[in-house]
Amino acid sequence: MEIFELDAKNHTPYIKLDHTTGIMELKGRSTPENSVEFYDPVNKWLIQFINEAVTIPVIVKLKFEYFNTSSSKCILDVLKKFAEFKKTGADVKVEWYYEQDDDDMKEAAEDYSDIVKIPFEIIEIPED
Amino acid sequence: MSQSAMIDYLALYEKMHENNIMLTFKGEVSVDLVNSVLKIIEDRLDRIEEDRKTRKKVYNILVECLQNLCNHIDSTDFEVTGYDSKTALLIIETDMKGYSVVTGNYVPKDKVEGLKTRIDEINSISKDELRALYKRTLNNGQFSEKGGGGLGFIDIARKSGQKLKYTFQKVNEEIEFFSLQIDIPKGDKEEE
Repeated sequence: MEIFELDAKNHTPYIKLDHTTGIMELKGRSTPENSVEFYDPVNKWLIQFINEAVTIPVIVKLKFEYFNTSSSKCILDVLKKFAEFKKTGADVKVEWYYEQDDDDMKEAAEDYSDIVKIPFEIIEIPED
Repeated sequence: MSQSAMIDYLALYEKMHENNIMLTFKGEVSVDLVNSVLKIIEDRLDRIEEDRKTRKKVYNILVECLQNLCNHIDSTDFEVTGYDSKTALLIIETDMKGYSVVTGNYVPKDKVEGLKTRIDEINSISKDELRALYKRTLNNGQFSEKGGGGLGFIDIARKSGQKLKYTFQKVNEEIEFFSLQIDIPKGDKEEE
């Protein structure tokens, strides 16, 4: 399989899913008008990743500036895929970064950590 | 257009100025329009709003409101006699206290009760209950065709920290006009 990499656009995040390092990164904005369509290749890649039974510790790094509600369901779907991967005995953790004072984003991270059975580390990025 | 039929545009402009209107739009709502409006407002916010938190909230809420509107218009399959059923109203205002986003669109009469019930429920519950409702809705596995799945109003209410103001006005026997006003206070000013 190949590393999945997608450049950030105005309404979509930078994504890099790397099965060789175990670092899975999504950062920037996720406000596409059709989120289901946008996240479809991500899900397909993750299904393949799980099926290939790669044994590598995975760190999911999420650094969203914004996301819309239609993305929020897709992000949950992505996290559920990693939870599925964790069930295979793999080591998985989520690092969720939010900008200082962005309480909405911090709450969002907490909400996801309540729903998904993966250890979460919620990290504040200091204002520069 | 003859001279006598001219509208008093200065009066209209002044009225908009008095109401602190940042942007107003009446017409067909498309994905391109939504993206253009978001770009304009984002640039404006970068210049006029110092508080990053408020900037983010306004932008976020605007994304939700506009995409809601766009999805609604997209699924519009009714005709409003004498009107253009695909058009909608958008107003963005700002004053010392904060920002307001207003949307207006036609809704078939049989959808009105459902919408009212939904918004009234969101307006009647506490901040913590709203958060719990958001989590339940997020996790219920239901997706609309494009992803939404009923989170829009809850998210807007959570982020604004305010009640959602709305009215339904009768247009004809089948159609009502739905106006929704979202107030977003500046900084940490919560509702009294």
